[in-house]
Amino acid sequence: MDTLIRPTITLWHREIVRFYRQRSRIVGALATPVLFWLLLGSGFSDSFRPGGAVGGVGYTEYFYPGTMILVVLFTAIFSTISVIEDRKEGFLQAVLVAPVARSTVVLGKILGGTTLALGQALLLLAAAPFLGLRLGVGDLLLIVAILFIVAFALTTLGFLIAWKMESTQGFHAIMNLVLIPMWLLSGAFFPAAGASAWLRGVMFLNPLTYGVAALRRSLYAGTTTVGPDVPTLALSILVTCTFAVLTFLAARSLASRPLDVGLA
Amino acid sequence: MALADLSFRVGRGEIFGLLGPNGGGKTTLFRILSTLLAPTAGRAAIGGHDVVREPQAVRRLIGVVFQSPSLDVKLSVRENMVHQGHLYGLHGATLDARIDEMLGRVAMRERADERVETLSGGMRRRIDLAKGLLHRPALVLLDEPTTGLDPGARLDLWDYLTEARKRDGLSVLITTHLMEDAERCDRLLIIDRGRIVALDTPDVLRDSAGGDVIVARTRDPQGLAAAVQERFAQEATVVDGTLRIRRPRGHEFIPLLFEAFPGRIEAVSVGKPTLEDAFIQRTGHRLWDGES
Repeated sequence: MDTLIRPTITLWHREIVRFYRQRSRIVGALATPVLFWLLLGSGFSDSFRPGGAVGGVGYTEYFYPGTMILVVLFTAIFSTISVIEDRKEGFLQAVLVAPVARSTVVLGKILGGTTLALGQALLLLAAAPFLGLRLGVGDLLLIVAILFIVAFALTTLGFLIAWKMESTQGFHAIMNLVLIPMWLLSGAFFPAAGASAWLRGVMFLNPLTYGVAALRRSLYAGTTTVGPDVPTLALSILVTCTFAVLTFLAARSLASRPLDVGLA
Repeated sequence: MALADLSFRVGRGEIFGLLGPNGGGKTTLFRILSTLLAPTAGRAAIGGHDVVREPQAVRRLIGVVFQSPSLDVKLSVRENMVHQGHLYGLHGATLDARIDEMLGRVAMRERADERVETLSGGMRRRIDLAKGLLHRPALVLLDEPTTGLDPGARLDLWDYLTEARKRDGLSVLITTHLMEDAERCDRLLIIDRGRIVALDTPDVLRDSAGGDVIVARTRDPQGLAAAVQERFAQEATVVDGTLRIRRPRGHEFIPLLFEAFPGRIEAVSVGKPTLEDAFIQRTGHRLWDGES
């Protein structure tokens, strides 16, 4: 308890408290995707014809799971930027000389970001009834579980990128070059069905495709809204869990190496 | 900075200083001892535990106070202390009592609920010290702890370290490039370019410099140094715009100086060598060479 769970909880707790003391982060991480959703949703709704899907799906509806994933991505990313700030401000060095396992340090940070990302996504989930979605308790539990795993994987990915990074500017560059395209090509923004062959190949290999698919399938379970080209729920959950585990193992191994960058 | 041929022991309850110029290897040594950096060769042990093979055992024994405070500025003083306690296995009423005690010792209890970002640099240092000592380590490692402290706060820090040493048998390893700090250590390791220059008590180090030191103030220190050298075959160095001459029976040399260079000397003093003189003598350069 004393050497594993309490340190993890204390580092997790710190992430949450920090987040709520930086109001602009809350607004930015939630409001930006919602704004995208409303603007793009209403802008594209007339021209949108999802390839392969049965008619009657508006873009607002199609884009809904993708928006949730974007909220998760933004929150996860912003929370892992704090890895860089922690090192600059000196907080990290004190954690690294404390008698706690590196996996504790990694887990506390990542669970903090995961919780925040999940919380923000759940705020957006509250909009579901307005889209005419009727979700049972079972559906909700599944959705929360999927959002948790996706949030965990994306936060860990952010952690992996941030750990060795010396400046937050560098992090933003990676985010624009890697993470945003990863989201764009995940089926969040447009379906794979209508895309060219090579783009479909990229989307097939993109792990986030399966996170979006899992969420889409659990949100629209039992409806014809989901196109046939979207991976099945079982496969999506399997790939997403694997992705989360692999990123975590990589993060733990990375953090266990001596860190000699930027320590004062 | 690479370290070589470096070997020393620090005893229980000892205040041990690492003195040397910035970039001389102090920080490398500090990082090795605080388990942040593995030495490529050689070994270091604290309380019998090897810093590389048993880092967790070492971490439980040491408290570390870094050169730059390791506080979360978005959190209050108490919140910082609570997190620190949890990382070291302290919790509940024990932790609360310990926090009050430690903050009391550094006179920060009234500020406990304020955010760190609203506090001055000196206050942050004091909290950082309280944080590093919260779990009652056997050895505290301090990296340039007095940098940025006003003279009063510096004295407080030393009072506190001396007291903790007396009361709890705390051992202290402190890195510094300041003579005021070095004078207060039981023993000093002078380190330069990664090597040991000297290891002894401040008294012995000072005496080893030998003779007296004459410090003369003049408008043209370089010119006068050259003139002294020429006239008396006596080595003279210019430090901080003053002329320094080291020789035995310094008081007898002063009249000679005034007679030889009338009107060129504004003020003169004679005294025993300082630790800095000892450092200059052993390394051939000043302690803060290359420092901005």
